[in-house]
Amino acid sequence: MMVDLSTTYLGLKLKNPVVASSSPLTQKSETAQALEAAGVSAIIMHSLFEEQIIRESLKLHEDLSRGSESFAEALDYLPTYGQYSVGPETYLEALRKIKRSVNIPVFGSLNGVSTGGWIDYAQKIQDAGADALELNIYYLATDPDLTSSELEEAYITLVSDIRKRVSIPIAVKLSPFFTALPNFARRLAEAGADGLVLFNRFYQPDFDLETLEVTPNLVLSHSNEMRLPLRWIAILYGRVAVDFAMTGGVHSGLDVIKAVMAGACVTTIASEFLQKGAGRAAGILEEMNAWMEEKEYTSVMQMKGSMSQKAVAEPASFERANYMKVLSSY
Amino acid sequence: MKRPLVTLDGNEATAYVAHKLSEVIAIYPITPSSPMGEFADEWSAQRRTNIWGTVPMVIEMQSEGGAAGAVHGALQTGSLATTFTASQGLLLMIPNMYKIAGELTSTVFHVSARSLAAQALSIFGDHSDVMATRSTGFALLASSSVQEAQDMALIAHASTLEARVPFLHFFDGFRTSHEVNKIEQLVEDDLRAMIDDHLVQAHRARGLSPDRPVLRGTAQNPDVYFQARETVNPYYQACPEIVQKYMDKFAALVGRQYRLFDYIGAPDAERVIIAMGSGAETAGETAKYLMEKGEKVGVVKVHLYRPFSVKHFLQVLPETVRTIAVLDRTKEPGAAGEPLYQDVVTAIAEGNGIKPRVIGGRYGLSSKEFTPAMVKAVFDEAAKAQPKNHFTVGIYDDVSNTSLDYDPAFDIEAPETVRCIFWGLGSDGTVGANKNSIKIIGEETDNWAQGYFVYDSKKSGQVTLSHLRFGPKPIRAPYLITQAQFVACHQFSFLERFDVLKYAMPGGVFLLNSIYGPDEVWDHLPIETQKGIIEKKLRFYVIDANEVAQKTGMGGRINTIMQTCFFAISGVLPREQAIKEIKKAIEKTYGKRGEAVVQRNFEAVDRTLDNLFEVKVPDKITSKLTRRQPVPENAPEFVRNVLGKIIAGEGDSLPVSAFPADGTFPTGTTQWEKRNITLEIPVWEPDLCIQCGKCSFVCPHAVIREKVYDPAYLENAPASWLSADARWKEFPGMKYSLVVSPEDCTGCGLCVEVCPAKDKSQVGRKAINMAPQPPIRERENINWQYFLTLPEADRTQFSVKSVKNSQLLQPLFEFSGACAGCGETPYIKLLTQLFGDRMVVANATGCSSIYGGNLPTTPWSFNKEGRGPAWSNSLFEDNAEFGLGMRLTLDKQIEYARELLPQFSAQVGEDLVSNLLNADQSSETGIRQQRERVTLLKQRLQTINDPRARDLLSLADVLVRKSVWIIGGDGWAYDIGYGGLDHVLASGRNVKILVLDTEVYSNTGGQSSKSTPRAAVAKFAAQGKGTPKKDLGMIAMSYGYVYVARIAMGASDQQTLNAFLEADAYDGPALIIAYSHCIAHGYDLRKGLEQQKLAVESGVWPLYRFNPALIAEGKNPLLIDSKDPTLPVSKYAYNETRYRMLLLSDEQRAEALMQLAEKDAKSRWAMYRQMAAMHYNDPASGNGKDGDGQHG
Repeated sequence: MMVDLSTTYLGLKLKNPVVASSSPLTQKSETAQALEAAGVSAIIMHSLFEEQIIRESLKLHEDLSRGSESFAEALDYLPTYGQYSVGPETYLEALRKIKRSVNIPVFGSLNGVSTGGWIDYAQKIQDAGADALELNIYYLATDPDLTSSELEEAYITLVSDIRKRVSIPIAVKLSPFFTALPNFARRLAEAGADGLVLFNRFYQPDFDLETLEVTPNLVLSHSNEMRLPLRWIAILYGRVAVDFAMTGGVHSGLDVIKAVMAGACVTTIASEFLQKGAGRAAGILEEMNAWMEEKEYTSVMQMKGSMSQKAVAEPASFERANYMKVLSSY
Repeated sequence: MKRPLVTLDGNEATAYVAHKLSEVIAIYPITPSSPMGEFADEWSAQRRTNIWGTVPMVIEMQSEGGAAGAVHGALQTGSLATTFTASQGLLLMIPNMYKIAGELTSTVFHVSARSLAAQALSIFGDHSDVMATRSTGFALLASSSVQEAQDMALIAHASTLEARVPFLHFFDGFRTSHEVNKIEQLVEDDLRAMIDDHLVQAHRARGLSPDRPVLRGTAQNPDVYFQARETVNPYYQACPEIVQKYMDKFAALVGRQYRLFDYIGAPDAERVIIAMGSGAETAGETAKYLMEKGEKVGVVKVHLYRPFSVKHFLQVLPETVRTIAVLDRTKEPGAAGEPLYQDVVTAIAEGNGIKPRVIGGRYGLSSKEFTPAMVKAVFDEAAKAQPKNHFTVGIYDDVSNTSLDYDPAFDIEAPETVRCIFWGLGSDGTVGANKNSIKIIGEETDNWAQGYFVYDSKKSGQVTLSHLRFGPKPIRAPYLITQAQFVACHQFSFLERFDVLKYAMPGGVFLLNSIYGPDEVWDHLPIETQKGIIEKKLRFYVIDANEVAQKTGMGGRINTIMQTCFFAISGVLPREQAIKEIKKAIEKTYGKRGEAVVQRNFEAVDRTLDNLFEVKVPDKITSKLTRRQPVPENAPEFVRNVLGKIIAGEGDSLPVSAFPADGTFPTGTTQWEKRNITLEIPVWEPDLCIQCGKCSFVCPHAVIREKVYDPAYLENAPASWLSADARWKEFPGMKYSLVVSPEDCTGCGLCVEVCPAKDKSQVGRKAINMAPQPPIRERENINWQYFLTLPEADRTQFSVKSVKNSQLLQPLFEFSGACAGCGETPYIKLLTQLFGDRMVVANATGCSSIYGGNLPTTPWSFNKEGRGPAWSNSLFEDNAEFGLGMRLTLDKQIEYARELLPQFSAQVGEDLVSNLLNADQSSETGIRQQRERVTLLKQRLQTINDPRARDLLSLADVLVRKSVWIIGGDGWAYDIGYGGLDHVLASGRNVKILVLDTEVYSNTGGQSSKSTPRAAVAKFAAQGKGTPKKDLGMIAMSYGYVYVARIAMGASDQQTLNAFLEADAYDGPALIIAYSHCIAHGYDLRKGLEQQKLAVESGVWPLYRFNPALIAEGKNPLLIDSKDPTLPVSKYAYNETRYRMLLLSDEQRAEALMQLAEKDAKSRWAMYRQMAAMHYNDPASGNGKDGDGQHG
């Protein structure tokens, strides 16, 4: 029996639900080709960070200007170059190059800071040939004067503005920290989002107890992390009319199956590929195949959402009662 | 033909022609010619071609001598080769110049003429260097202006091919090399038309080739050398006509007619000045002015000085001339007259015509101003019945009475020429903005424009002065503006220090960057400023440029804001157009650095005019503030009367008698120059401090000091005095204080970065934190003054072997003019703490000689006993040898003193003699005891009436151990001085060499040296250096008897201290290579120590000590002090622009080079590890040194 692994996401027909998430492997055409060869169905580029572009530009200016035109013997300290790649061009060129080198869809990803920047760069990513755009809305609200509704409103406006300016599908990558996620998700869909990616894994800072300094700490994900998006996709599936992608903690074929059963169209994977190489995608697909064959599933579409909150016998198991049940099991 | 009108400086104008007409270019950095080499290197890197369509090959050599040698070789094999140099560099080329000329080889050397180091070094312009080459056989062709520099460059290249006489084309350093002026740029067709390809091919055909072998460079004997030397005469006889021919061809082509000697002035002139270079331009303009007033004066502007054509010279001289005044921009002590004067005297004597009286004088040495007023003084002198000969003009010589009086008020500037002066701070971008303004005015309006920029000799908190002229006529005024219609002061604090308005013309404009608005600014001005504004009836404008800059994300760079104000007030362009042009210039200048930079600048421009206000000037002085004295009243007399004047910017007014005749200056004078340049200083928190000494250890300016003292001193301490219980087991019951000199601090923040003590309840608070300076300036000054009265630590009472203890020692290197956060000076300061009272320093030219020895004040200091480092700078290339000479003196004197001593045993005491001869001086106690013995010896020798006793008395001090430290940068140690350094190390003598390794030529602006690491970008390695850093330490270790250490205090301060102590203790040569973070690396130096750490952790900079003394103990001499590398090199490197800029420009090459750099680090580490693991278990093998040359 042949298992049909194909799925649709953001209106695109994909050969399976295993998508390569943003990582160093999705930055270069050589590794992108390796991922494609191993079977992934699409590639999500790393994010174009507007803030990073601005900072890089200002820092370069500061560093090149430091000490210049001040001392007669040394009017500057570094040679003059005709051009620096401090704008979005490096990103766009990488996108174009990957797009040329693979046959699977390539998604751009964007993190902006200004409305103008979001729109401008979204258009540029579209023009560079991206098949879809992921909006990596990363805003950590630290100002006590900023209310949740103001923040949500800003997100909605942004999605709506970008929707008006680009024609390719848009997915919004969200953080898990929303009080009323289903409502917010629905409003995002109404504003024009074609998909939601759950959830953004923030780089959580760590403390170095020797130096008493806050240190950035990038930790690769583990399978148990997927419980959070699993629950929320299961809850939102069928309630909000968008496609879902699960990200964070997907490491095996079984993890992918769980995600699909919760209602995800695709899973996006980075840590597993970073640890085991691009070829791991083939193994994941093999695991899916084996399980589905053993359990006699014929297609991914068949099981999509099959364990969403709407589909399970005990919808409450996704809600608060679940916690109590766990406790009582001890 | 239409040629572009461009605004550029003399260096660029010259380099443009040279690059277009060369195949091989050998370069080496030296001020003020370095930019020519930099342009050539960058253009070739950008694949810009010469007129034959191929890219000139540019190579940086290890010295100017090397550049000349490479050029010689390239010429000998048929290339069109050139080089650029100045000053000492030109001197190093002289041997090759004789050869090149002797072999009749066509070439052009372009020289931005500069003073030679005599009683002192000077980077500024005169003809001393060029005059030193006048017997080499090179033709010497002079340019007087930026336009001429371009034109003469071409005429030189064209002429040399036909004449076969090599050419030295020169123009005045800084005055012409760095003056920005609007010129008509030659186009490639002009260059093609002037160069005869047949001559090029003939030159190539003369090149050495095994296909048609010949031999040059023979040795000749008395029988033939003389005759052979005379063979070239016809070429020299023909040369002037050839040059004139190309000048005429140039005129036909371009329209500007030059002659070998250009005459300007009255056809019936009775008084004529002969001069060359920019001074001739000033003289010519002044002659025209005076001629219009009816005076019979003229000027001969010399272009072709060698070969000197008497015929052509006499042809231009009016027959009416009665007195000739020859002006030389050089000094030849002891000569019958300066060179040009002597040539003119000879020409007149040899001529058959008129015999006017000839007088000669000197002017303009080291860019001393040469103004129309001085020209008039010379003409006036020439009119006298008994004019002074061998005069000087421009100074007041009250020693030999050579100087002419002149009226500084005499002015010939056309009233329609607009003159503007801008006072700026180096870091605020004023000069860069003014260069853009000049370009805008020059290229976007019909005006002619000129810009000249005066810089500070300090490397932090620098003051810059921009002189801008523009107007309807070409600007031929190569001298500073003294009467400006527009004066802008970009820093409010300057009003407190300088007479900012001294250049303002009555009725002019004064623009001030002020935090005070139009209604309140008046009362905050010093009395002198108020007076100047009222008396000169100035229109007064203010803007809070810093606020606009802050609001628009520009930080401290107020350049475009002030530039917008200038255009708005001056009205040189309609406002809208001006703003459009400023934005265009911003886009052009900064566009490549990213859109964000452009947008922020645009926003700053747009917000400027709303914040620009004219101030209603009151009619009376209301202020109680006065300008500060340059030095305090209690400063020594010489500091007050001489150095103080220089500090105040009045050095020009000092007479000859003010100066020592032999260049000897007192040390310890920076303490009087309170520059007050930072807005933030560190503040000590006694409750948190663990008294580790690290902040003081790393402070580049020695402004953080600590003392341990008796609690009794607290009684009279100021109210704001802070103290803590001293945490030293050696000092129970004592108090400890740490202070900061608020007006000497540069605000670099290294101290805060290095402080390890954090508040347990608030980790952001350390034991030392930056705080705004103005509110605590006075308080901290009082504390600082009190601190100075506390007794210095007794060096014999504790061990100096820990970082903590070392910082109780008084630094004898303080408050230097180095960059804020300098990575070099903390090492020097530590040296002086450890050995300063008994060290002699030989200092190579470079950053350390400039911040260490540039007037007005010197950071090398002395202690309360009057002892301190004795310091001297000889040259760049000879520093190791210079230091070795110092050691030889000491060794010889010690030997002689030790020979004399026993002869006086009976008179001074046998015990004393024996103790003096056998003293153990390995500790501070031993040294002190020896000093006491020497004092006793001197007392006893006083009474002995014997000439040998007088000798011993004069030598007695050498019996106390001295250290000779040879200090310099990597440009010296790895490149130009390497041969000498190697020889000195090999000598086995007891000298200590400290290499302050910044991995580039820092002082001249970051050119690549052999120390520059692979993958780093530097000037002359614009595409990233492709070869790895030379391993100087490994080379030195190969001798086996040289102590070698590689240190980085940011990675291990204790290892640094250990290395210094061991090097000093080692009885033989020592080499310490010190990682010195540098402004040329392109990042905030506050992070310098962190970068040092990363350099070590990535394996780029392994720490080690190689102590040959260990060999005798059967131990491996190599001790690696750092751990196995844990970081990729990129993690360290890409924090610095010198690496990152390549990544942003050519990612592929950057990554390829970085991979190689990773391999370099790994392979070198592996090699060190293997060496450190070798067994040295045969003590008999010794250290390979036989002990010769070892003393004391």
